[in-house]
Amino acid sequence: MSDATLPAAPAFKMTPGRWTLLGFVAFALLIVALVSTGTIRRGDFLYNVFADPFVSMVDLPDLLVQTLWEGLVAGVLYALIALGFVLIFKASGVFNFAQGIMVVFAALSLVGIYEILTLRLGFPPGFVAAILSLFGAIGVMFVLAVVVERVVLRPLVNQHEIIMLMATVGLTYFLIGFGEYVFGGNPKVMITSQLGLPTGSSTFNILGGRVSIQHLDVAAAVIATIMIAALAFFFQYTRIGRALRAVADSHKAALSVGISLNQIWVIVWFTAGIVALVTGIMWGARSDVSFALEIIALKALPVLIIGGFTSIPGAIIGGLIIGVGEKIGEFYWGPLFGGGIESWLAYIIALGVLMFRPQGLFGEKIIERI
Amino acid sequence: MQSYADIAKGDVLLSVKDVSLSFGGVKAIQGVSFDIRKGEVRAIIGPNGAGKTSMLNVINGFYHPQAGEIMFKGIRRPKMKPYEAASGGIARTFQNVALFKGMTTLDNIMAGRSLKMNVGLFWQMLRFGPAEREEVIHRRRVEEIIDFLEIQAIRKTPVGKLPYGLQKRVELGRALAMEPELLLLDEPMAGMNLEEKEDMCRFILDVREQFGTTIALIEHDMGVVMDLSDRVVVLDYGRKIADGVPDVVKADKTVIDAYLGVAH
Repeated sequence: MSDATLPAAPAFKMTPGRWTLLGFVAFALLIVALVSTGTIRRGDFLYNVFADPFVSMVDLPDLLVQTLWEGLVAGVLYALIALGFVLIFKASGVFNFAQGIMVVFAALSLVGIYEILTLRLGFPPGFVAAILSLFGAIGVMFVLAVVVERVVLRPLVNQHEIIMLMATVGLTYFLIGFGEYVFGGNPKVMITSQLGLPTGSSTFNILGGRVSIQHLDVAAAVIATIMIAALAFFFQYTRIGRALRAVADSHKAALSVGISLNQIWVIVWFTAGIVALVTGIMWGARSDVSFALEIIALKALPVLIIGGFTSIPGAIIGGLIIGVGEKIGEFYWGPLFGGGIESWLAYIIALGVLMFRPQGLFGEKIIERI
Repeated sequence: MQSYADIAKGDVLLSVKDVSLSFGGVKAIQGVSFDIRKGEVRAIIGPNGAGKTSMLNVINGFYHPQAGEIMFKGIRRPKMKPYEAASGGIARTFQNVALFKGMTTLDNIMAGRSLKMNVGLFWQMLRFGPAEREEVIHRRRVEEIIDFLEIQAIRKTPVGKLPYGLQKRVELGRALAMEPELLLLDEPMAGMNLEEKEDMCRFILDVREQFGTTIALIEHDMGVVMDLSDRVVVLDYGRKIADGVPDVVKADKTVIDAYLGVAH
């Protein structure tokens, strides 16, 4: 952070980051030189790793666009999950291990209530029943927020972070058990079309090739964007948003101006529950709704490491970086490793970020005086 | 300025009676009684560890004493949460500034209006209509406080970046935004230079004059305490050792012994 009182911008200095950048550029030039002089050729290992992927990106731009798009869509969904973590972490300093299971639980509630409505109560299946169950699921998330605040947060207030983390691990297993008891353990199908979400796909002819886009993905991206924008606005410009930020900064100061921590925690967990519900609908629409979805929460970890645990923009940018990085890596470099690198590449990317910025791209730099 | 005679017959705003507070074996406060009258500046002084901050924490509901009773505005107060103390009209500042560091000066002071604003979550989500009107009304009030404290220039600066003296001033602003009846200041001048101290003194006196706020403050600078306060209560090792107008307290033998140490 630069000192505001300094009269002029500091002189240009080679920071570690700039050295790294310079290193990358020099390396790229070296590869270009080696390839153009014919020192390394098609089929060499070095060529396959450092030159071939870029050659195919330029040669087949339509495939690149398709990959980027898929990466962006995945990234938006990662961002949504990470957002749920960030909301709770900021306001209560709790790393909510249960966020992943909240996604599943929210989606299960939605589908479960729909089933109850249509199969047992005789509602005609369709949009009305779907919307009713959507409100039902929102209600379930609200009840969950209130119960968590009462039963978990309130008795443990001011305890050590690790205790809070363990409490959310406990919450995870409770929700798994409770969810299976109430809704059964079988995978369910998301009520995508009943909710009015588009299902088809369109194909565009661009860049000498064809790019296919799922309508659902477009809807997911749009809904996620609107939701993130709305949340950011809510946080920045309203009294309750201000109170949320205040609690995130200092509990005792927030108490002294009469902000009720209990109320704020309920609001935060409820908001995280809504985010989980939206995430659950979007992910559920692409696969099944089952407890296997829970592992996507683990994908949020690298996103959080990249973005920083306390930054909403960080969660978004981190999500996009992981999503795009994963798809590009899988598509262009995956074959070199025999495929399947998508499952671990995210963590490697996060590791790379950790080496240069331990606080994440947008996290608060923690400097302790000793 | 009110004279001591005026205050002496004034109404009691808050009274503390035989309050005791201990943390495990540590007796922070032992049977302390005193009162704060409407409109006065009441200083709480004493050597380090005398229980001054604990006393403020008791008044503002952060700590609950094991014994004794507290009357605020003539009502006996049972265990009270900080939230209830705040809505009852008690505001405070902290010894080591407790601001919302990531937020701007404006947002910090607006946060002080939280209790005065009551448009519901629904309108907050939409952010127009009632929520917006409310925001405008309170923003006007906050601007008055900003003018009063002469911090217009740092309105949009994140407070974490401000120098210490200004942070203290923003913290005072946040407390004032609550329009409190009783303002508790925990070492408002700690760590300030002479000029900043003089500014802060002036603000404290102006607050009383303009808003009629009753002020209880903890301070170590004896010059400041003697100048500012109408009455002083002195604590030592959790007990009250003196209580009265500054001149009397200053000359009190026990007080001098407590500060300078005494040969036994």
